[in-house]
Amino acid sequence: MEITELLEIVDVSRHFNAFVALDKVSLHIEAGEFFTLLGPSGCGKTTLLRLIAGFDQPDGGDILLDGKSILAAPPERRPLHTIFQNYALFPHMTVAENIAFPLRMAGIAKKEIKARVAQALEDVRLPDKARHYPDALSGGQKQRIAIARALVNRPRLLLLDEPLSALDAKLREQMQIELINLQKDIGITFIYVTHDQGEALALSHRIAVMDSGKIVQVDVPERLYGFPNSRFVADFIGKCNLLAGLVREQQGDDVIVELDGLGPVHVCRSEAKFAAGSRCALTLRPEKIRIAAAIVKSTDDESHFTGHVHDLLYLGDVTVYIVTLANGLLLEALLANSASGRTNFFEVGDQVEVAWSCDAGHLVLD
Amino acid sequence: MQGKSWSKYLLSLPPMAYLLIFFAAPTLIMLFASFRYPGEYGGLAPWYVHENGRLTFDLTLENWQRLLGTDIYLRLFVKSIGYAVTATLVCMIMGYPLALMIARSSRKSRDLLLLLVILPFWSNFLVRIYAWMIIFSPVGALTRMLNGVLDLFGAGPVTLMYSPTAMLVCLVYVHLPFMVLPLYANLEKHDLDLLDAAQDLGAGKWRRFWLITWPLSLSGVTAGSILVFIPVLGMFAIPDLLGGTDGIMIGNVIKQQFMESRDWPFGSVLSMVLTVTAVAVVLLGSRLGQRR
Repeated sequence: MEITELLEIVDVSRHFNAFVALDKVSLHIEAGEFFTLLGPSGCGKTTLLRLIAGFDQPDGGDILLDGKSILAAPPERRPLHTIFQNYALFPHMTVAENIAFPLRMAGIAKKEIKARVAQALEDVRLPDKARHYPDALSGGQKQRIAIARALVNRPRLLLLDEPLSALDAKLREQMQIELINLQKDIGITFIYVTHDQGEALALSHRIAVMDSGKIVQVDVPERLYGFPNSRFVADFIGKCNLLAGLVREQQGDDVIVELDGLGPVHVCRSEAKFAAGSRCALTLRPEKIRIAAAIVKSTDDESHFTGHVHDLLYLGDVTVYIVTLANGLLLEALLANSASGRTNFFEVGDQVEVAWSCDAGHLVLD
Repeated sequence: MQGKSWSKYLLSLPPMAYLLIFFAAPTLIMLFASFRYPGEYGGLAPWYVHENGRLTFDLTLENWQRLLGTDIYLRLFVKSIGYAVTATLVCMIMGYPLALMIARSSRKSRDLLLLLVILPFWSNFLVRIYAWMIIFSPVGALTRMLNGVLDLFGAGPVTLMYSPTAMLVCLVYVHLPFMVLPLYANLEKHDLDLLDAAQDLGAGKWRRFWLITWPLSLSGVTAGSILVFIPVLGMFAIPDLLGGTDGIMIGNVIKQQFMESRDWPFGSVLSMVLTVTAVAVVLLGSRLGQRR
């Protein structure tokens, strides 16, 4: 079997006095992977990145690159580079001098440096900016120069610390596409830190969701969105309705759940085993809920409720309806505004029916 | 918009007027005085004579010829510049690490350390120089201790008072804060991510300093150097009190012309040369500081 494991993080802990920033974190990152550390601020993702880069030392555990511990090496001797949140371009050096910096540090001959800097500028499509100073560049250009500088001497690993957070929404989307293509082209492993779940889903091969210094779930984006393993992940990734309830019985992958205030519903294709009587939450994505003035119940496998529109959020392409069910529970449902010339299908106060199929939701332990 | 720009001018009027009255005008008066004759009992002789209904100007180039006729004054200028350069360099070599240390320490200790740097300003400049006179005096503890040690090695006794060393120590002591404060103000603003980035890209400790911190601090270095160089160049109090007969600088000679010799025109000539030298240094310095 081919060993493709590049970076191994083993039981890494980091404490700041009484505050536990990282609690026995273990991760395996493969060569060529676009791996994302995702979590709210203070979850420890940046601390972990600084430990990998070498700016900080763990209190316990080990970090292995190609099977060898890198903890003893200072940052300048680790074969990996970091893209900083504010890009950290050297303001007193031209763009070309910035990109040449890691090559100069490595003691590469001047002639070769010149050629490689020119190539790097070509790669990021800014060949005419060589003599400019960083403060003459736009945000997106600075970003590309920072990437060119970090990649010019071919590191094994590129660490990116919320690199798109300083850009406006439109540019951010464009840079996301560029990042994906860049990573695919050069094949260098990216470890990307962000608190933006949309960015994480769009960019990554795999995502590690972190909370309070622990890894909560590591998975590919689709599984993370479709099959969150906890209330935290379901709530953090995308929008999610969380309906609390009690497991009544499970037969194979069919589960009957007594939802609080709503009664029994059928959940099929459940992967996990639940003991009867255990507390759980049904995670239901808003786009998986059908909403209509009247729904003909198609099969027994569909759960079906009546309510009133409590609030609505018109977003242009879609409208989010917040529906009050009979027991006062609020449910969020999404409807694409497919009819031209009409804004919303329903108004506040309208009576509506909502339904979801048995495989729409996913059960997590509560 | 109109009102706004008016208020801007109004606000800058008092300082402009102040500089005009107390700096520009005296400089012009001094320039003019350098072409006049000294008065019989000091001061200046009249610059025009009213005779037989005719007005004749009584101006001369003699004062400037006197300056250029001998190399005494040139040597004094060179010596003063030498003291100023040495004091500036010593202040920089001692002040830079101090400013860097303060800028990189925690918020709380930073305020305390800055306070300690400014602390000497709480007592009078002359009083502090008198204190140095006591420290350097031949019967003072420092000199006696030093000579005691020298005696053990069979070396002859030395005097610290009235030596270039004493002058330099005191010049540096007085002007060190003027170097530290602008340097601190500059270093404190540095983005520390740049150092992390440099380290991440392979730069060790020394290269991080010489390639990042030092070039980014040049404007602070320039500001501090100007603030030390210029007052030292014109200094007369320290050489008067600690310099002895060999220790006089150009400032002492200028003072002499105005006080003891009562030759205001020649004093004005020397002052003009000093002023032009200082302005040239400032211009050169700001040019260097602006360079990328």
